[in-house]
Amino acid sequence: MELFVKKRKLGSVKKFLYILPFMVLLGVFAYYPLYGWIYAFYDYTPPIPLAKSQFVGLMWFHSMFENQTKINQILQVLKNTFAMSGLSILFSWLPMIFAIFLNEIKSIRYRKFVQTVTTLPNFVSWVLVYSLAYGLFSSQGMFNSLLQQLGLSSSPIMFLQSSHHVYLSMWLWLTWKSLGWAAIMYIAAITGIDGSLYEAAQVDGATRMQVIRHITIPSLLPTYFVLLMLGIASFLNNGMEQYFVFQNAFNKNTIQVLDLYGYNLAMGGGSYSIATAISMLKSLVSIILLFSVNGLSKLVRGESIV
Amino acid sequence: MSMHVVSSKKKKKMKSDINDKLISVLNYIIFGVFTLICIYPFYYILINTISANDLSAHGDIIFMPKGIHFQNYLDVVKIPGLWDAAKISIGRTVIGTFLTVGASAFLGFMFAQQDMWLRKFWYRYTIITMYFSAGIIPWYLTMRNMNLTNNFLAYILPTVVSPFFIILVKTFIESVPRELQEAAEIDGAGIITFFIKVLLPIIKPILATVAIFAAVSQWNSFQDTLLLVTDSKLYSLQFILFQYVNQASSLSSMINLQNSGSTALQTITKMQTPTSIRMTVTIVVVAPIMLIYPFFQRFFVDGIMIGAVKG
Repeated sequence: MELFVKKRKLGSVKKFLYILPFMVLLGVFAYYPLYGWIYAFYDYTPPIPLAKSQFVGLMWFHSMFENQTKINQILQVLKNTFAMSGLSILFSWLPMIFAIFLNEIKSIRYRKFVQTVTTLPNFVSWVLVYSLAYGLFSSQGMFNSLLQQLGLSSSPIMFLQSSHHVYLSMWLWLTWKSLGWAAIMYIAAITGIDGSLYEAAQVDGATRMQVIRHITIPSLLPTYFVLLMLGIASFLNNGMEQYFVFQNAFNKNTIQVLDLYGYNLAMGGGSYSIATAISMLKSLVSIILLFSVNGLSKLVRGESIV
Repeated sequence: MSMHVVSSKKKKKMKSDINDKLISVLNYIIFGVFTLICIYPFYYILINTISANDLSAHGDIIFMPKGIHFQNYLDVVKIPGLWDAAKISIGRTVIGTFLTVGASAFLGFMFAQQDMWLRKFWYRYTIITMYFSAGIIPWYLTMRNMNLTNNFLAYILPTVVSPFFIILVKTFIESVPRELQEAAEIDGAGIITFFIKVLLPIIKPILATVAIFAAVSQWNSFQDTLLLVTDSKLYSLQFILFQYVNQASSLSSMINLQNSGSTALQTITKMQTPTSIRMTVTIVVVAPIMLIYPFFQRFFVDGIMIGAVKG
């Protein structure tokens, strides 16, 4: 009997040993970078190694706010980050509406066609999106050429090299790229709605808009809620790829979100330590946000989201 | 009296019918316009690459190609570094996808083993990495400490263990009857034998989904090259596309010089311009996605729905 228990225990450890190499790999690439936070507490300038760098404590954290220029800089970056993420959250209902109205289209072939084409942009990279944008909006691109042919403008408009409407254009590109894909989740959820609800509504003589308002939308709200919470949790993590490729000397001030700002400081200016300090603060705030929305979700729906 | 009621009801019904029609038509139009906006940029670049290069350089090609020729696609191989970059991109996509799919399948299977030592803990340890990251710069600094800059392994190793794919596979495996494994164990098959001989063929559909997601993300990956690679031999296609968009003019004059030296003088319609180079490379980079897209499109809904089920 004892032998049997021992053997089972051995088997369970053996199973763990199979996954051990993968856990090590994950440790190296997901957990070890946290050790990189240590650079935020040193005066690190390559090529001098960390071991020979001076420990400076919280100096870099203080230096972010040490004078008005730096405070303004940080505030501008935060404003950009909040504006980009804020616009996304403000319009986070768009994919749901997209799915609902796509579902109203009777012709299955048209529906499939729309779905196929609108999902495609999600699968191309931001570099490619930038190249498409360049083709359409550069000084000799399609838009300027069209405007000139129609006699609407004499000199080319610099759409991409402009500091105006950066938030809006970035949001539009993001929407262009991701709307169709984001709608798929809702399209699938709509097919899961109990058909008898619709039949009952039809018997009661409800119009299509009434059906949407009283059946479809309430059925989709739980999905929407989860996605909204996840969106809020990643409020600071808008990534840098999109903003990096669209960045230029003209729009730099309004396009720099936190990640891009950190990248520019480190790779452009060699200020690795302060960039690490920013990364670190950002990660900590993100984790707090995640726990908060998770707690909120537990409170409201009695279910956690992560 | 009753007649009156009926007719007013009819009127109401007719009105709502007209409303319905109007909404329908509007709906078709709005979706049609958005679909057009989604596809037109690709179409625009494509027709420009096969049109006369002097016209495309001035932005004259907007709706239909003019002066069709395919010289650009013959010249594109002369761009220095493009073929090397293609090899890197293909290499990382093939190797990276293979390893990611293998690891996701195996880990999804192992995490479904109820009796694994500290299973819950290790599963959480894996999944939680989806929700936090140290940040771009700390990540870069530690990767550099491990000598993973200018190293092909940096393209592949970080994505081998991907929590999202593991969730997809694990959820799928949990729908496979457990008796299958018990029966195999009674027959004396070890856990690895069972995994390879019995389970892998069963979970093929979900592995196809994972493979597609992994391949697309490998092919599209740009940030890792940007951060970790300075050696031009390791540049990926995405990276050099970005360079070309920003500096295509010097390349075009170089190719024109090559062409004028070796073959007959190029006519102006086939001379390389910054625009033609940029657009042709764009098509080369997007072509693989476009070509496999119609085949993998059907896997999306399955994948995203399983992913929606909490891990």
